[in-house]
Amino acid sequence: MRIANRQLLTIVAEAALEQRLIADLKRLGASGYTASHVRGEGRTGRHLQDLTGPSVELETIVTDDVAEAILAHVGAAYFEKFAVVAWLTPVSVLRPERF
Amino acid sequence: MTLTLLLDNLLSASVIAFVVAVIATLARFDLRLPDALPAILSAYLLFAIGLKGGRSLAESTLSDLVFPVIIAVLIGIATPIISWAVLRSFVRLNNIDAAGIAAHYGSVSAVTFVVVLATLDAQGMFYEGFVAGLLAILEVVGIVVGLALARSSGSSLKNVLAEVTRGRSIALLLGGILIGAVVGDARLAPTDLVFVGLFNGALTLFLLEMGRLAGERLREVVQAGWRLIAAAIALPLINGTIGAGLGALSGLSTGGIAVLATLAASASYIAAPAAVRIALPEANPALSITTALGVTFPFNITLGIPFYIALAQWLS
Repeated sequence: MRIANRQLLTIVAEAALEQRLIADLKRLGASGYTASHVRGEGRTGRHLQDLTGPSVELETIVTDDVAEAILAHVGAAYFEKFAVVAWLTPVSVLRPERF
Repeated sequence: MTLTLLLDNLLSASVIAFVVAVIATLARFDLRLPDALPAILSAYLLFAIGLKGGRSLAESTLSDLVFPVIIAVLIGIATPIISWAVLRSFVRLNNIDAAGIAAHYGSVSAVTFVVVLATLDAQGMFYEGFVAGLLAILEVVGIVVGLALARSSGSSLKNVLAEVTRGRSIALLLGGILIGAVVGDARLAPTDLVFVGLFNGALTLFLLEMGRLAGERLREVVQAGWRLIAAAIALPLINGTIGAGLGALSGLSTGGIAVLATLAASASYIAAPAAVRIALPEANPALSITTALGVTFPFNITLGIPFYIALAQWLS
């Protein structure tokens, strides 16, 4: 089986953004994602959506191009106004054609 | 205002659980419930409220509903505007923050609603079954009008309306109402053990969590400034009085008026924060949750509700 390089894109965002981010990921070329609920704090100290839900962590494996597109969009659309962080980790995957 | 009414309310399991949780949290005890539990309890409470409202809907006629619904819409329009005006002029907030908080105060707190129903039940006072529907109306209209005050160019108001209406709080409430109405009182009896019998216990547990959150916010309340704190007490009184006054015109029973007044006076800290966060991200979310949860909610469930009930009795 073939192994190739891809990017694991991880986004941690406040609860209110979950649906939008998922829609963004799909629209910008991600073939799938994994979501989980997480807790934490950051520089902005925002840690507020106690009742509307915990923060969401989204992971998706994508090509370099798609990763760049998603990061560019997330940065432009959300960084300034919402509590979001995003990072890339290089990964090696089987069946790279699926990502 | 009868002293017994005040004491009965203050000594109810839910209110005492709230107060104890606040104190314990301030004393740095860890009262955190397991992660999913508050969400489970809130879903249960909303659905059960809907069911209860829906099953009594069958006993109402359309003419019973018309005026209360119209009045509810009017209240939903009036309270965020009044709140916004007070927040702009007296508290001197900027437009975005004021509109964000106004959306919270225009909307309603389902938990406060539940507490007033429990108090009325304990006092043996009648109220119309369809008040759960009025809750749904006020929840949605209040948020939309509040956001409109910011003239936000972000999400169009139609999107916000759709998002709020389909959001978990309203969806569970409306779903419960629909199911309750279709299934009807008699056939719902087998489910009563869960949706009626467990209700007060679930509410008590939920208010433990509310108290914990309010306790955590209390430190921020002090930082909010005396004007905002004063507004967080004045607004429920003003809005509650308007709600009672308009409610008295709608032909509702005394209990119904009390419920409407309480709804008008309550501030949302579940549905509104999510909607405002998306539509008005520049609004400071700490301000709105802190005042709604840290000041207005405790005020309403301890002193507010007895006051609104007394007001309703006086107006009848």
